[in-house]
Amino acid sequence: MSAKTVSRAKRVVRKKTAPEFAFNLEDVKAISAAMGEPEAIAKGRMKAWERYAALPMPTLKDEPWRRTDIRTLPADRVELKAVDNAAVDEGLLEPLLGEEHGSLLLLRPGHEPELRADASVEQQGVLFTDWAAAVRDHGDKLGDYMGQIVRPEDGKFAALATAMAQDGVVLYVPEGVQLEQPLHSILWAPGAGNVYFSRVLIILEAGASATFVHEVASPTDEEGEAVHVGIVEIFVGDGASLKFVELQNLGEHTWNLTHERAKVGQSANLDWIFGAVGSRLTKNFSDIDLLGEGSNARMSGFYFANGRQHLDHDTQQNHLAPHTTSDLLYKGGLIGNSRSVWQGMIYVAPGAQQTDGYQANRNLVLSKTARADSIPGLEIMADNVRCTHGATIGQLEEEPIFYLMTRGITRPEAERLVIDGFFAPIMERIPFEGVRKRFAEMIDKKLGTDST
Amino acid sequence: MTEALEIRNLHVAIEDNEILKGVDLVVKQGEIHALMGPNGTGKSTLAKALLGHPDYEITAGEILFKGENIIEMDVDERARLGMFLAFQYPVAIPGVSVANFLRTAINAHRKAADPEDKGISIPDFRTLLKAKMDLLEMDHQFAGRYLNEGFSGGEKKRAEILQLATLEPAIAILDETDSGLDIDALRIVADGVNSLAGPDLGVLIITHYQRILNYIKPDFVHIMLDGRVAESGGPDLAEHLEEHGYNWLREKQSKATAG
Repeated sequence: MSAKTVSRAKRVVRKKTAPEFAFNLEDVKAISAAMGEPEAIAKGRMKAWERYAALPMPTLKDEPWRRTDIRTLPADRVELKAVDNAAVDEGLLEPLLGEEHGSLLLLRPGHEPELRADASVEQQGVLFTDWAAAVRDHGDKLGDYMGQIVRPEDGKFAALATAMAQDGVVLYVPEGVQLEQPLHSILWAPGAGNVYFSRVLIILEAGASATFVHEVASPTDEEGEAVHVGIVEIFVGDGASLKFVELQNLGEHTWNLTHERAKVGQSANLDWIFGAVGSRLTKNFSDIDLLGEGSNARMSGFYFANGRQHLDHDTQQNHLAPHTTSDLLYKGGLIGNSRSVWQGMIYVAPGAQQTDGYQANRNLVLSKTARADSIPGLEIMADNVRCTHGATIGQLEEEPIFYLMTRGITRPEAERLVIDGFFAPIMERIPFEGVRKRFAEMIDKKLGTDST
Repeated sequence: MTEALEIRNLHVAIEDNEILKGVDLVVKQGEIHALMGPNGTGKSTLAKALLGHPDYEITAGEILFKGENIIEMDVDERARLGMFLAFQYPVAIPGVSVANFLRTAINAHRKAADPEDKGISIPDFRTLLKAKMDLLEMDHQFAGRYLNEGFSGGEKKRAEILQLATLEPAIAILDETDSGLDIDALRIVADGVNSLAGPDLGVLIITHYQRILNYIKPDFVHIMLDGRVAESGGPDLAEHLEEHGYNWLREKQSKATAG
């Protein structure tokens, strides 16, 4: 076309579905071979790839995807390549508690993993390492779990991450071991034009306990596009206790598609805290299977979206045994043109009597053009249960702001206090001041960019 | 220098409904004024309008404070200039502790006075807050509770007086601070106000009961009827009201109108 051609008629091609990623079975084999994986694990990857290839791209016609449009997913414009060398945000590297560093695992897709190990962790027989090292040295021990908690059947992106993941974290805590120091891992992925796949596997054997913080982050690249696809698998054995804090602060050029599931054993406890402030678009599935009698799970989520961010969190609390309890609270703030979706389901299986399930989603919509969708759901197949839910979508009210301003507090500060107060019940569940502080700073930044 | 709050011919409307129809009132530092009157005569409207509530439209008149007309000022500016309103119904702020809130308020005042100010240090703030809580016979654990959330009626009013004590305004308006208080709580609140009263504080107590005036002795008593200050006098005016109610004043007014 010559430079002089002026065309007013613009042909708009509306794609019906997202494009496929440009990988094939050979890529999957090469990844597995490069990591020196045992044959069983390599086979798992190939089966997952087959599943990925067989499943269609989700569309707005699929129930879980009705509110999240991925037709413009840049799957055909991104490639597997090493992330940029940009230095890791200093805040991420600060110790979680006090001055002392515990174990820290840093993953940068395409680069060697870096592990700063706390010797006491290994002395207790705990395995905390990257994916390649774990499957190479401990594949036998992990084979019963990996790919068994989040399965390729769970969805196209679950299958894709299982087939393609190179970057991953494995935490294995043997029976009865009580880990005092929190463990910390970071997936740091600066850059654009790339796709990266990650997986996390957490196994607590019977009676074990641990606290683990996993963060996924990258700086925003205004011009570029990137894709992260990941899975998180959690197994909490009988009588074990896990506190898992997960934070997503990906650059606002990143499409983030994740499947996560926890299986909770008899009388075991899971305390799962989930924070999301980053990404261009997120579709996350987080499921809890309460498998053992008397198991408990608490799930606390927060998200804060601005600009054109779209954050979609889909949760499922499955009560599969009697005397199980689950308690979910997700709180979100929205500003600018952003949108959030929370869709939650409590399922009580036949025979899962004496269960107690709760779910609530509260949203604070801070601009006229932001929107929050909140869809709670119950599916109860037992007759002696207590399940309740609640969802609210509200704006900042004038009376609290007026009240605070009559004490000399400026309007922006008054609004900020009310917003902080809104998130306080979730923040108080995060036992790390540095993490809370980073979230507060992130809200500051977002409130600064998009005025109400 | 003694500062004053001067209200001149103040007219205030809510959604085109005129509530205040020409209020004149002057409250100086060091004075205690009581503004009495039956329900629905505009007393609380006056309180909120003085602080600049956005729902209250000032259609005529002036509010002068420290010599400035403050009508165009934002709510927070008026507060930092030295005005304070103890609310009839204090608003709950979930998730924000009393201590966090008060420190934010103190720092807002300090920062307005000196943009370079780095804020009150945490030890200094703790010392200050403990002293003020002791003054009001408050349990120190109160500082950690969420502001007004789940507070009893008495706790809310005490929290208002704690804020008054901490922020040290020049003029404090107490809107129905006595309502919903049992006799013990009323005594504590009144003792608090009395201990804060002095040459630097002017107080305007809005009430429709004479009861609180048994504990806080006003220098001046004003009666509001139908959006205006209908009568002003000394402490004996409140006692007269207690005995005779408001009807004599209504009759006096209608006679004046008829005449």
